[in-house]
Order: sequence, then structure tokens, then C-alpha cells
Amino acid sequence: MTNVKKRLLKEKIAKIVMQLSGMAITASLFFIVGTILYKGLPYLSWEMISQTPQGGFYIGKDGGILNAILGSLYLASFSTALATLIGIPISIYLHMYVKSGSFLERACKLLFDVLFGIPSIVYGAIAFSIMVWVGIRASLLGGIITITLLTIPIVVRTIDELLKTIPTDLKHVTFSLGATRWETAKMFLRYIRPGIFTAILLAFGRAIGDVAGVLLTTGFSDNLPKYIDEPSATLPLAIFFQLSSPIPEVQGRAYASALVLTFIILIIVICTHLLASKQQKHKI
Amino acid sequence: MNWRLIKDKFAQQSFALLLASSVVVILLILLGLGIKSMPLLQAESLWRVLSESVWSPLKGNFGFLPFIMGTIWVTMISLIIAVPLCILASVYLVEYASEALRRMVLPLMNVLAAIPPVLYGVWGVLFIVPILSDYVAPLFGIDSTGYTVFAGGIVLSVMIFPIMISIMVEVLQTIPQELKAASLSLGATKWETITKVILVKAKPGILAAIVLGISRAFGETVAVLMVCGNIPQIPKSFFDAGYPLPALIANNFGEMMSIPLYDSALMFAALLLFVIIFGFNLISRIILNRLEEKAQ
Repeated sequence: MTNVKKRLLKEKIAKIVMQLSGMAITASLFFIVGTILYKGLPYLSWEMISQTPQGGFYIGKDGGILNAILGSLYLASFSTALATLIGIPISIYLHMYVKSGSFLERACKLLFDVLFGIPSIVYGAIAFSIMVWVGIRASLLGGIITITLLTIPIVVRTIDELLKTIPTDLKHVTFSLGATRWETAKMFLRYIRPGIFTAILLAFGRAIGDVAGVLLTTGFSDNLPKYIDEPSATLPLAIFFQLSSPIPEVQGRAYASALVLTFIILIIVICTHLLASKQQKHKI
Repeated sequence: MNWRLIKDKFAQQSFALLLASSVVVILLILLGLGIKSMPLLQAESLWRVLSESVWSPLKGNFGFLPFIMGTIWVTMISLIIAVPLCILASVYLVEYASEALRRMVLPLMNVLAAIPPVLYGVWGVLFIVPILSDYVAPLFGIDSTGYTVFAGGIVLSVMIFPIMISIMVEVLQTIPQELKAASLSLGATKWETITKVILVKAKPGILAAIVLGISRAFGETVAVLMVCGNIPQIPKSFFDAGYPLPALIANNFGEMMSIPLYDSALMFAALLLFVIIFGFNLISRIILNRLEEKAQ
């Protein structure tokens, strides 16, 4: 074999190996969703999503996961709302009020980028010891505070990326027309509105799926969450606790919870995808 | 005074307050963790805590070595699986794949990134663990339950695919076209251009992606906790059970109150995680920001 042929053969082999690794990575996604569908579908029924567990979440055979579904929705909605209310002003401030390229701007953006990667168990551990110190017991409120801390960096980071896509000329034009920074900011917010919903959805997805943070702070309860200072179930916790139960019916509830959570996440991903393409169309 | 200017000033000041308070919260977290872990460090030296391998809180022995080794084992296994796969796949996506394929695969990575840790854990328990115990371990003549550091590593590797691929693809896309054209016109094949020019040029960015992957793997709690056995021992092979640091915090927080120094030890674990991951993230973010500025 000539040298050139050898080199071309090498190229062909490399290409096949690359294709295989791409396929392996993509396949893992389908394996995950497939496993959950396969295990969860037989257990999913109307009773499952319309009832609370009967006779204890760990040993009771009857009932469903309504407490966990509602708990998750409350927890994720409250904390996402709080994180949005805190996060959007922060990114507006960094973008509009701080001189661009200044040390403050760069340091803060870096800080939020770095915080994005801090694991939720650390937030959970901190929130738990603060709660013990202040005297709050494990409750929906504790979970909401923890998850809010966790989701603020996500909101700040996503909104910042969006603000970056607005041409700086636009900022200068509005300023030269006599608009204040706040008025310009309001205009910018309208401009990136579809993107803001994306940020909210991303935060919501992270909030509803997190388990390490709520494991220590939210507790668990078989009842519907009624008050904010009571412990509450969430879907990830329901999966985590019920999966290890020796009773098949209880394990079934874990599988059904996993399926419901997967559905919610998939809906969120599809919505973010649609919104992202809408934001693309918005581009000048 | 103009009403509009007052509004503007008000917005400025209240937003600055929000920013300042969130920065202060971070500092308080660090401070709080430090204060809480002081009692342990006063009772024993830092080096002893990190290098001792006996963990029995009731007797006052807090050796973190098994947990550190468990974390390192699981992280290493996940990197061994994920790094080559991700480099190869992202090179393929950037250099060979059609626009249509790219637009199909990258959103799938977003789905993978959005799947919550606990679902990865469920997958690990229902899919990976049985495969390991029924098929893989017998191949090596080992009797295993499947709840091993190997299972933890596999699940983690899938969890870090999306972050590594998305950053590597971004980095590879910043390589200038002229560089590739120059190499190809000298008669190099595409594969030679990739290994000798593109990957060399993209090295800092790829390293940054790997470090971000490591920090994700380091802190991952629940998925790993569900599959890797949780026995406080130093793992000696792929098929040994392990007990990573985040799992230690999650499993023991409820019962820590009655035993002296226990809460301090767990807070020290959280501090360790916080500092290591903060450092890793900081380094790779700085590298990535620099690359981005250069590319513009």
C-alpha cells in the first residue's frame, strides 16, 4: 500500500470512529427516556396523578403522587418567580448602568458564571444550617429559598447572553434621543421578551428537577401542601425515596413520578426551542 | 428635578442593592461554611482530616480520605469515558457533519442537559446497574451487585456529555478557516489537519471544557449516590463500591445534630466542594472568556 493510500485509509477509519462516538452520545439520551417510559407507562393512570399516597409513602400500597406533583409545581413556580424578579434587574444593572468593560462588570459576570456551576448540595447544606440556626423546620419555604439561590445565576447568565445580542448602536441611538437608561432598559426588555421566557423556563426546569437542594430543606409529606411552613413532597424526592422501597406498588409510584417529571421537562425543552427560534426572528 | 431622571436614579440604586446583596450572600455562605468547619479543624489538623481513612463519627474519627478517593474514582471513570467521545463527536459535528445534522443533534444535547439528576439516577439503577452485575462483571469473573464506582462513572459521563460537547463545538467553531485551508493546501488529509492543526489550536478551550466537566462531575450528588453503593472505603477497582463527598453530605445531614463535631465535619465537606468547584469553574471561565475575546 502506498503512503497516500495509508493516510486516506486512516482518515476513513477516523471518520467511522467519530460517527460511532456521536451515535453513542445521542443513543444515551434515547436509552434514558426509553428506560423511564418502559418502566413508568404501566403504572401511569388517572388514580396515580389524582390521589395522594394512602397509608404512608414508603409502605402504603395505594394512592398516587398528587402531593408530589403539586409540591413540585408550587416550589418551582415560587422560586422561579423570585429568581426572575431578582435576576433580571441584576443583569439590566450590569448591562445598562455599569460602564461596559469595567472591572465591576467583568468581575460580577464572572462570579455569576462561576456560581452557575456550584452544586445544589452545597446550597442545600448551607440553607439547612441557616434554617436550624434560625429555627425554621424543613418546609416548602426552606426549599423555595434554596432553589431561588440556585436559580438566580441561571437567570442572570441567560438574560446577559440575550442583552449581548442587542447591537450597541441601538443603545447609543436611544441615549442620543434623550431617553434615560431606565427607559432604554424597558425598551430592551421588550426586545428580548421571548428570550426572557426562555430564561424563566430554563430556571423552572432546573428548579423542578433539583433534588439535592430540597433533600435537606423541604422534608417530605404524604399530604397536599397547604401552607408554606409545612414540609412538602416534590417529584424528585418522591422518586428518590420511593425507588428504594421493597414494595412493588410504591416503586411503581416512583416510576410514574419519573415519567411525569420527564414529560414536564420535555415540554419545557420544546417550549424553549420554539421561543429561541422566535427570538431569532426578532433579530434586526 | 426631572421626574424621569428620578425614576432612572431609583432604578439604578435599587438594582445595585439587589446585586450587592446577592454578592454579599455568596460571601456570607463562604464565611458561614468556614466558621462552621472551624471546630473540626481546631480538633484535628487539616492534613490529618484529609489523609486519615477511618470514618466513625461516634468515636470522633473523621477521615475524609475514602470520600475524596471515591469522588476521584468516579470522576476519573466518567472522564475516561466522556472526554474521547466528546472530542471525537464535536470534531465530527463541526468539521464533517452537514448543517442539517448539526441542527438535529445540538438540540438533543439541550434535552440531555435539561434532564434532572434524579432521572439519571433512575436510569442508572434500572439500566446500568443490572447490566454491570449481570453481564459485565461476570466477564471479568467478578461477583458484583452492580452498585459500584463504575456505575457512578458511567452515569456521570452521560451527565457531562452536554456541557462538554456544547463548549467544545463552540471552541472548534472559532478556529479560523484560513488555518485549515493552509494545512489542506499543503497536502494534509482532513484528519491530519484536525489532529495536527485544529486540535492543537483548540487545546486551551478543550481543556477548559474538560475542567468544567470535572467540576460538574465533582459536585453531582444524587445520581451518583443512587448507583455507587455508598460504603466508606477506598475503592481499589472499577467494581468496588465507593462513597463520594456530596453523597456523604446528603446522606448524613439529618442525623448530625446529636454527635459532637459531626455537623462541623459535614460543613467542612461542603466547604471543600465549594472551594474546589469554585476554583475549577473560575479557571476555565477565564480561559473561555479570553478565547471568546480573541475570536471577536
